[in-house]
Amino acid sequence: MNAEIRKIVTIVEEVTQEGGQTIDPPSRRAAAIAVIRNPFAGTYAENLDLLIEIGAELGDLLARRAVAALGIEGSSVESYGKAAAVGADGELEHAAALLHPKLGAPFRQVLGGGAALVPSSKKRGGLGVALDIPLGHKDAAFVRSHFDGMEVRIADAPRAGEIVVALAVSESGRPAPRVGGLTKQEIIGKDGLR
Amino acid sequence: MAEIITRKTVITVEEIFHEFGPVAATPLRRGAACAVIENPFAGRYVEDIAFFMDDLKPLGLALARRLLDALGGDPAAIEGYGKGAIVGEAGELEHGALWHVPGGYAMREILGDAKAIVASTKKVGAPGTRLDIPVTHINASYVRSHFDAMEIGVVDAPRAHELLVALVMTTGSRIHARVGGLKADEIRGEDGLR
Repeated sequence: MNAEIRKIVTIVEEVTQEGGQTIDPPSRRAAAIAVIRNPFAGTYAENLDLLIEIGAELGDLLARRAVAALGIEGSSVESYGKAAAVGADGELEHAAALLHPKLGAPFRQVLGGGAALVPSSKKRGGLGVALDIPLGHKDAAFVRSHFDGMEVRIADAPRAGEIVVALAVSESGRPAPRVGGLTKQEIIGKDGLR
Repeated sequence: MAEIITRKTVITVEEIFHEFGPVAATPLRRGAACAVIENPFAGRYVEDIAFFMDDLKPLGLALARRLLDALGGDPAAIEGYGKGAIVGEAGELEHGALWHVPGGYAMREILGDAKAIVASTKKVGAPGTRLDIPVTHINASYVRSHFDAMEIGVVDAPRAHELLVALVMTTGSRIHARVGGLKADEIRGEDGLR
């Protein structure tokens, strides 16, 4: 493995009440987050292939962790998202190298598919910085009930020479969706959008 | 008797491989279980609140079980523990103190005959307030390698009329513990202190 991982954190959220209404079954989502050494911290590198490969490794590892934390089959995941926070001595482009070229394929492999774009966010920040991981339906990006986000943060990361990489998965949409739009029952599932 | 209304449960597990020193043969795991519940005493002064400690016992047990499961399920693997509470702004600090008995009772029940006091902290805070939950060895408070803490928090809790109650368990010492003091293998285990 190319990734030098200091820490892996998994978070499971289960919502049983929202707006005073009981949510049954509960709305559940999970994030799996790795804190890794940034091999390019403090330097300018034209070629970021090493981070691209690390992205592929983490796409598999973190997807497995997140699904396992929910205790479900990968195929039961309905929405997904990804995000990265680069420590002070790194570049935003380092987050892009991790997230965009190769992370998605192994992530989708664990879920048994996913036609939609994996929504993402990235930032540079200090220890404890909050990452808002966007969430969208994995087969049809326009499913309105599944537009969501999950905030994660790790108190002691990223150090200046580290990167926090996070994946989130959900087995449902928002706890009490009622603003219309495309529903998951209406998904055609061919273009990743509808 | 007051009904326990749980809005949200969040389980967080950290797996720590190193902290810039030698990679540990066995990673340290730290876990937290947080429940966000209605505070039945919010918004007014209630003299008689102690009965709520018994009402909280089933929640404590459920949280302790879920936390142990998230850490692998083996009670013998748990070496440190702690607990804490955050009271929403319409409550008082004393409402947080209601968690001492049921939180401690639940972890002892799940972990067998743990002898040491469960380290704890509490405060009144806004949604997203972070709490540093102290952690000490489950059988001997003075074990220096196991003095630790885990930062917890839930971004949208506690709201004004809510309580956030939390349990923490760990599977070992700080990852590079090396400041001497009483060691875990020197515990006499009679008084909960040494």
